[in-house]
Amino acid sequence: MTRHTAIVIFVLCCALVSPAMAAKKMSVQIREGKLRSAPSFVGSVVGTVKYGDRFTVADTQGDWIRIEDENSKIAGWIHKSALSTKRIKLKAGKDNAEVAASSGELALAGKGFNSDVEAEFKSKNKDVDFSWIDKMEKIVVTPAEAAAFLKQGEVAVSKGGAK
Amino acid sequence: MKKALLILFAVSFALVAGCKLIDVVADAAAVTGVISSEQAQYASSGAKVASKTFDAMKDITPEQEYYIGRSVGATVLKTYQPYTEKTVNEYVNLLGQALAMASDMPETFGGYHFLIMATDEINAFGAPGGLIFVSRGLLKCCKNEDMLAAVLAHEIGHVQNKHGLRAIKASRGTAVFTTAAAEAGKSFGGAELAQLTTAFEGTIGDIAATMVNSGYARKLETQADTDAITIMKRVGYNPTAIKDMLLEMEKQLKHSKGGFAKTHPDPQVRIKDIEKLIGGCGPVISPKARQERFNRAMAQI
Repeated sequence: MTRHTAIVIFVLCCALVSPAMAAKKMSVQIREGKLRSAPSFVGSVVGTVKYGDRFTVADTQGDWIRIEDENSKIAGWIHKSALSTKRIKLKAGKDNAEVAASSGELALAGKGFNSDVEAEFKSKNKDVDFSWIDKMEKIVVTPAEAAAFLKQGEVAVSKGGAK
Repeated sequence: MKKALLILFAVSFALVAGCKLIDVVADAAAVTGVISSEQAQYASSGAKVASKTFDAMKDITPEQEYYIGRSVGATVLKTYQPYTEKTVNEYVNLLGQALAMASDMPETFGGYHFLIMATDEINAFGAPGGLIFVSRGLLKCCKNEDMLAAVLAHEIGHVQNKHGLRAIKASRGTAVFTTAAAEAGKSFGGAELAQLTTAFEGTIGDIAATMVNSGYARKLETQADTDAITIMKRVGYNPTAIKDMLLEMEKQLKHSKGGFAKTHPDPQVRIKDIEKLIGGCGPVISPKARQERFNRAMAQI
């Protein structure tokens, strides 16, 4: 084998294997997220993702990540704060629970401080009223409404939204 | 040389392919729920589970942070009644959401939501996960929308830096770990639930006491102020409004010992910490449309 041939084979092998290395996966760590057509909150919504959904990272731009599923049927941009490198198990077995507790590799959805614990907390602290917390959560401002608000107030929106 | 090249090729391929192999194994683990043998071995050691040091910043998931924030918020509202006028709350939510979108953490498990507290005390709280409370007294200090943006951006700064979670005592983590390791994908049993709820109550108490009574350390307030400047610049509000707000609060706080006066460093100290960052932004000039809508909203306070 000549030196030239060896180098060519090495480069080819690296080129073949590298895409696999780049196939990083991330999980949705918020209750529900919107995928957008562009890396910005002003991008149109092209899909909705749910807590625990796991995707392949296809591209990054600043703090925005383009994710897609295995069949590329779902693809779009989402801010990195909506994603985690941890696997999020919606239904965890005992082994997974132990791994989650020891390694931090996994996050167990609905475990730890959860709705059951909140219900127990409420029953023990009847003087703590959650009704306005529930009402607060129902006040939802969409990115489009926020953008219109800024425009109406002549506030200059920086390009790309979040950093 | 030929041999060296072959070795280089073999080592490189092994390294690259090795990464791929790990990826494949990890993927398989993800599908089957089986984790690597090393991790499984690690996981099976109860001693190691127990010995891991609790780090609220890393070990509390956004979902758990959401539940903590809800209970902290409900606890705050035990002391401060909500101010329920709809239009002014909607205005504060529009402004707050516009600012949160430009933060480093625009996405939280349950999103950002804002509520006015019906008190003349000058105060504001940013509970974990993005529930933000601002008092009527603090709103009255604001002369323009940029000053209100400064207040809300400061609280968003506390949220994105998870300052509330820093107040949690390490001892609370024991219950979280032991119950997480003990449970097996089923609903908690009575004993586990009771243990977790006790830890949860302690956690809520730690955070609420810090927010309402003792306040955050000066360096955390400076961090929130610094982040507020960044957020305001990204959106297009004038960060000089933070200085204006602090000067106004200083004026008002001379007559008050509660609220911000109790939980925040001296406004002059905060101004000194951030003055360089504000730099030559110049005075706040509110366009007519912005000032008019601000005045309309504040007429409801």
